[in-house]
Amino acid sequence: MSKPFIEVRGLSKFFDIGNNKILKAVNNLSFSIQKGETLGLVGESGCGKSTAGRTLIRLYEPTAGNVLVDGTDITKLSKSKLKAQRSKMQMVFQDPYASLNPRMTILDIIGEALDIHGLAGSKSERKRRVEELLELVGLNAEHASRYPHEFSGGQRQRIGITRALAVNPQFIVCDEPISALDVSIQAQIINLLIELQKKMDLTYLFVAHDLSMVKYMSDRVAVMYLGKIVEMARSEDLYANPQHPYTKALLSAIPVPDPEVEAGKERIVLKGDLPSPVNPPSGCPFRTRCPAATEKCKSDVPEFREVRPGHFASCHYA
Amino acid sequence: MQSESKSGAIRPDMFTPVNRDSKQSEKIERPRLTAWQDIRLRLLSNKLAMTGLWIMVVVVLFAIFAPIFSSYDHFTNDLSNTNQAPSKEHWFGTDDLGRDLFARTWKGAQVSLFVGIVAGLIDLFFGIIYGGIMGYYGGKVDEFMNRFAEILYAIPYLLVVILLLVVMEPSLTTIIVAMSITGWINMAWIVRGQMMQLKNQEYALASKALGAGSMRIIFRHLIPNAMGPILVTLTLTVPSAIFTEAFLSFLGLGVQSPVASWGTMINDGVKSMTIYPWRLLFPAFFLSLTMFAFNVFGDGLRDAFDPKLKT
Repeated sequence: MSKPFIEVRGLSKFFDIGNNKILKAVNNLSFSIQKGETLGLVGESGCGKSTAGRTLIRLYEPTAGNVLVDGTDITKLSKSKLKAQRSKMQMVFQDPYASLNPRMTILDIIGEALDIHGLAGSKSERKRRVEELLELVGLNAEHASRYPHEFSGGQRQRIGITRALAVNPQFIVCDEPISALDVSIQAQIINLLIELQKKMDLTYLFVAHDLSMVKYMSDRVAVMYLGKIVEMARSEDLYANPQHPYTKALLSAIPVPDPEVEAGKERIVLKGDLPSPVNPPSGCPFRTRCPAATEKCKSDVPEFREVRPGHFASCHYA
Repeated sequence: MQSESKSGAIRPDMFTPVNRDSKQSEKIERPRLTAWQDIRLRLLSNKLAMTGLWIMVVVVLFAIFAPIFSSYDHFTNDLSNTNQAPSKEHWFGTDDLGRDLFARTWKGAQVSLFVGIVAGLIDLFFGIIYGGIMGYYGGKVDEFMNRFAEILYAIPYLLVVILLLVVMEPSLTTIIVAMSITGWINMAWIVRGQMMQLKNQEYALASKALGAGSMRIIFRHLIPNAMGPILVTLTLTVPSAIFTEAFLSFLGLGVQSPVASWGTMINDGVKSMTIYPWRLLFPAFFLSLTMFAFNVFGDGLRDAFDPKLKT
């Protein structure tokens, strides 16, 4: 295997929420992504997947751990050096209604990226470049002078993608880019992302909670639970042969578009709610909801180990 | 019968392809406008706000030109013509020293409007910058800056003015200095609250992800989006500054006779309100009118600045 493009080692992000309480949103995350690969990151709401994506590109300062982008450890960089690295890694946000400044025209929203990195020499060059980028994602050049509220959700998300692309990044964190969109528009955006990946040799971290979309999009998938990765494998492998009981439960929830299969399918229903990340359970974090939990799960923290070649899981019984 | 059913049947040649162009389907029909054209257009279509604007313009014009063109000035006593009712000679009547109230009202307008505008400017500069930095950085910076503002705020305003009078003469300057010390704090807190709320918006994060510095994020992204509450606070600050000036002048801490302000004139007028009501009526009417104009214009401005309210 060649040297990974993105390498994350022991990344943690804790929030001090007062009263001597610490919220461990992201706890000791380690994974790597190859150049041109898509890693899907799935998990239920509140499991820390968005925080992981944001900490990864240092939108939040990590509490511990290292992130190597193309060999450079970005967690140690000074502000000015980080700024130069920022053009390598970008982010597409979840909510296309909140991610575009309502008071700026599209020209200025996308142009800002060019301004910050000095990518456009003159005003006319800036405008030309923005229009070029808009056409790349299937919008019109004349949209540059419009305000965000004049666009539909799908159009806005394409503008968000354009902004990320403006600095010629190599790595993009897609933070649930489709969860706020209509199903018909979701496919459009996913196809656009895949097309851009091929065209520009992009590497993606695709954060989502829609398992079928992740399967379609990703080469490998990591499943997160309570700030930790509980299982990681190539996507076909993970979907065909899940090892962790949490993954099994998640996969059993995907509806099958065949009424007969769907009727006969057994769905694993998890009991209880997601435990508070402020006060996680002892031992295995999943033991409170696991249908197969034993005494061992209470006392010992399961190791994240390679259960089969290329297939990692953290369960004593995997 | 046969031919009729035949003509009712659906045949392929009855259809023409629509030829939908994907580029066409992305088209936006609304005419293109720049931000300022847009704001102006929305403001111009707001009748109430425009009424407010016109009142403000008229009051300002009168404040500037009426004292110049009036045949009376605001300080000459005419003891043979005291407490006159409004007449052809004295449009607004005269006061207890026989001074022309028309000239005094507009001279007073100058002082009151000046105080209001200065208070507004202090708010805009100190309040926004201080509050913006405090709210955006948070943590220790916020803690320190906020404590400092709280300490200033805790000193009674009247005490500040009295202490200032130890070193300064009672005058308009003293009032303005006193206002600069504490007047911006309210605005700073409003802006701070807005910053705390807005700094986690995804567009601010997006700008950070692009590598934008804090100042760029604060002044290009956050402040423009906090413009609504800022303008509302401003439209409240201006009238309250005008009232404060009136109150301090009443205590003898503000503008000194013979210079008038609406505040001093109202306070003079209140004493003889049952006998010579016009001495109270004119300055009070124009003060209220100006407050009204400020408020409705401020409301209109806030609406005009918010592109989300566009129809």
